[in-house]
Amino acid sequence: MSKAIEFFAGEYDIIVVGAGHAGCEAAIAAAKMGKETLILTMSLDAVALLACNPSIGGTGKGHLVKEIDALGGEMGLNIDRTMIQSRMLNTSKGPAVHSLRAQADKFEYQNKMKYRLEDQEKLDLRQGEVTEILVEDGVARGVKTRTGATYRAGAVVIATGTYLKGRIFIGELNYEGGPNGFFPSTELSDNLRSIGFEMRRFKTGTPARIHSKSVDFSKTEAQHGDEEIIPFSFMTDELDMEQIPCYLTYTNEKTHQIILDNIGRSPMYAGDMESVGPRYCPSIEDKVVRFTDKKRHQVFIEPEGRETAEMYVQGMSTTLPEDVLLEMMRSVEGLENVKIMRGAYAIEYDCIDPTQLKLSLESRAVENLFFSGQINGTSGYEEAASQGLLAGINAVLKLEEKEPLVLDRSEAYIGVLIDDLVTKGTEEPYRMMTSRSEYRLTLRQDNADLRLTEKGYSVGLVSQERYRRYLEKKSSIEDEMERLKNHKLTPSAEVNEYLKSIGTTPLKTPTSMYDFIKRPEVSYDMLAGIDMERPELKKEVRMQVEIQIKYDGYIKKQTIQIGQFRKLEHKKLSEEIDYSEIKGLRLEARQKLNDIKPESVGQASRISGVSPADINVLLIYLEQQNRNRSGRE
Amino acid sequence: MDTIVAIATPPGEGGIGIIRLSGSKAVSISDRLFRGLSEKNLSGLEERKLNYGHIVNPTDKKIVDEVMAVYMKEPKTYTKEDVVEIHCHGGAISVRRILELVLSEGARLADRGEFTKRAFLNGRIDLSQAEAVIDLIKAKTDANFDMSLNQLEGSMTKKVRELQNELLSMIAHIEASIDFPDQDVEQITSEELKKTAKSVYSEIDTLIATSNTGRIIKEGVKTVILGKPNVGKSSLMNALMRENRAIVTDIPGTTRDIIEEYVNINGVPLRIIDTAGIRETDDLVEKIGVERAKEVLRDADLAIVVFDCSKEFESEDLAIISLVKDKPAIVLFNKTDLESKLREEDIAKMLKGKHIITTSMLEGKGIDRLEEKLREMFLSSEVEIGEDPVVTNARQKDLLIKAKENIQDALDALNMEMPVDCIEVDIKGCWENLGFITGDSIGEDIIDKIFKNFCIGK
Repeated sequence: MSKAIEFFAGEYDIIVVGAGHAGCEAAIAAAKMGKETLILTMSLDAVALLACNPSIGGTGKGHLVKEIDALGGEMGLNIDRTMIQSRMLNTSKGPAVHSLRAQADKFEYQNKMKYRLEDQEKLDLRQGEVTEILVEDGVARGVKTRTGATYRAGAVVIATGTYLKGRIFIGELNYEGGPNGFFPSTELSDNLRSIGFEMRRFKTGTPARIHSKSVDFSKTEAQHGDEEIIPFSFMTDELDMEQIPCYLTYTNEKTHQIILDNIGRSPMYAGDMESVGPRYCPSIEDKVVRFTDKKRHQVFIEPEGRETAEMYVQGMSTTLPEDVLLEMMRSVEGLENVKIMRGAYAIEYDCIDPTQLKLSLESRAVENLFFSGQINGTSGYEEAASQGLLAGINAVLKLEEKEPLVLDRSEAYIGVLIDDLVTKGTEEPYRMMTSRSEYRLTLRQDNADLRLTEKGYSVGLVSQERYRRYLEKKSSIEDEMERLKNHKLTPSAEVNEYLKSIGTTPLKTPTSMYDFIKRPEVSYDMLAGIDMERPELKKEVRMQVEIQIKYDGYIKKQTIQIGQFRKLEHKKLSEEIDYSEIKGLRLEARQKLNDIKPESVGQASRISGVSPADINVLLIYLEQQNRNRSGRE
Repeated sequence: MDTIVAIATPPGEGGIGIIRLSGSKAVSISDRLFRGLSEKNLSGLEERKLNYGHIVNPTDKKIVDEVMAVYMKEPKTYTKEDVVEIHCHGGAISVRRILELVLSEGARLADRGEFTKRAFLNGRIDLSQAEAVIDLIKAKTDANFDMSLNQLEGSMTKKVRELQNELLSMIAHIEASIDFPDQDVEQITSEELKKTAKSVYSEIDTLIATSNTGRIIKEGVKTVILGKPNVGKSSLMNALMRENRAIVTDIPGTTRDIIEEYVNINGVPLRIIDTAGIRETDDLVEKIGVERAKEVLRDADLAIVVFDCSKEFESEDLAIISLVKDKPAIVLFNKTDLESKLREEDIAKMLKGKHIITTSMLEGKGIDRLEEKLREMFLSSEVEIGEDPVVTNARQKDLLIKAKENIQDALDALNMEMPVDCIEVDIKGCWENLGFITGDSIGEDIIDKIFKNFCIGK
């Protein structure tokens, strides 16, 4: 019988448990903000692992990366350093939904992030499995590891991803395991449960990786990156590198037949798996069963890096056993002789119900204990990193006895993400989508820096250099907007001749340059020929000016809505309120409000089961409290 | 604060009707509608005095009504905001027209109890009254909340829901193509969007036109008769109608979903809701199902529950009891002429606080006591007439007009070749305004629809 002897191993301000995308952001932010920080990971080989697709960004997610970057986080910088292909998605649609996505060299991505951790002052990176959170008088005070080491700290950030009680499913087989062949964490989940957290079980999956030399690319369509690469980070001036293509092929009726013939061997259909998986990541068997009229499904073959033969097969995640997997893949055009290097699997894991958290991501049950990433029921690297960054920042602010940084739904997708999780909870692994935002036209990826740099600067994460550049960009946008408003185009023969030449109708009355750019067929750059006083401006400034003018009407409408929205957000509710004592609230509302403990009337209004009548009661109650207070003073 | 408007006088035929506005735009809105002597507008006349004049429709310059109006500047008003009162001729038509004009000039229909809520939040009402204010607003907004779910009747609701579905499909399609651009989602063309938007536009237009046709609006206690088949519901209807002249109105625009019978009993106006014809099928609960019965009940002010005391107690009786537990209700023990198998005390225990009357429709016994009880309940305010149908109608019309503006904006944006995510804003706005009529909110619906309709995912 072996056992670990407990010993004191060190004292820190902040300990981060887990070094995935959430953990890395949390730890670097905490250290950059001046706190002695320890980051513990079960395996140093799993730091910033891209456990599923080898890409960062995409719709909604790209917005998150831009926001992380604007706040002074790491993800944008790291993908800029390690990308092997870049595409701006949705360019045929409006600027609000343009979304950046880059293919990553996943090995480089890990290496660079790991080195970033190692290089960061005040940060220690250490391998070790945390088995227990030390809680004293309701306050987190440190962690214990499997080897008996006790680390003490002022605050703890949990970012354990899919490791908690991980179980791997491959066909009829299932066993305890973490992602990508790593070990699972078996004890921490029970420890969290014993502290009082409500746990739940989610699942996710990943497709097979194949050898590039076994693919006949001539039967697929190559998907190339954009000619001009737009970086994720505000601090990356320009990016130029050789890009590697992805390849598109399709499943066919034969593939579907193989799946249907073996459907009983999928644990999801055999009933062995009861956990909830994400709807936006259906397995190939789900797609075939649910959409019988689709004769083929897309399969993207994506490189996993520059110096590797491994390729990711997007569109074919599955829990079918390996023999069926191979048969099924070989029925796809281009994959007739495919060799599988890593098999597909589904993973089930424990996570918490995020409604147990505050908007700062601190848990309500245990003070100074923060949760971020997949353990909160989300899915995706970007969603995890966003939460990690905020949890790291807020852990520091908590130790400094400052107000937490909470972004609201009108300020950032990160705000939408955290508000959704904490207020409504989630029934499936939560993925960001632009349709989740009420203020999509305002929360664009192109203005993330303008929205959030100031906030990142105020908490001390944004460097002086970045801040200076931000101020410069901001003022040149404002100056140019002002100039365009005041600069009138007169209907002279010369001007009208020019207008005809660019394919727009001539002027009859003098019009400001600003209003003129609103014409759908006119762009800012097109008017350079008749705009003699135009200053030399950077591309991103010109673009910003054009977007703000063209969508002015919509942006104004949304600004009014945001004003309305903020009124209720600013009506704060104290954590101390016992809702069961407020006369007039319906029973269901009392329970829900006591469970969630909303921080504002606005947040309360988004809780399911709280009616408009209940909100009125809360408003009256608040006014009553205010008057009582001012009566005493 | 936005400007709110409501009819301040109680529903029914009165000598005058008062429309009250509160908020920063109350005076400017009134100025656009009111013409005093010597063409003066309201703010040009003396404050806090009733001024003679006319309400003029700003679009066609026609006189709507001869009125007296007063304006009061903040803070010395009931709400501590600018308040305007317009005193017009009583009766539904004049009040409704003026209300509609005020709405079209940018005011919003007040929620129930909202004037009092503002008065309190603006510090007008004493703190000791806070609980009373909570009670008032809660009672009224709860009723309002429930009301909105069932404001439109029959085929009208169906039509609005159909439109919502069409809009939701459009929204889900746009969203799917935005959020999953490389996922093989067929792009929705602007031609398709225009086609659907145009059809939605004309459908809404028709609905607005329908709401204008002189529909007879009568107030009364919305009453639902509930009971198993053959307990005597039809006999009750017939008895009530024989003794009291009934007006049967088939509401225009509805097919045969709902027929309302107006009966005046001892001065109490009743609107008896005959859903799918109680008299023909005689089994509301069974025919239309418990769900629908619930819906009808939600909107009702009063339930009359009929039991056949010559039959054993059954599970359906239990279902009926649970439906009316929280409603003002009268329980009838019918068929006392037959041998009784049902014990009054048992039912009374399950329906605490409800009035129980024994009747025999066959022998004409007990009807007089029922009528007397109705009068008693009405006079003691135990039952009240729900929201004034004039207001309900104005609210619906206002929302339909807003929805129409949204879809017009979407069409304009389509013609301007604006990007699809901008167009979606107006389409969603249209859906949301229709949602205020049906009581639906959009939330997860879009995402559910995306995953249901499109094969999406990596």
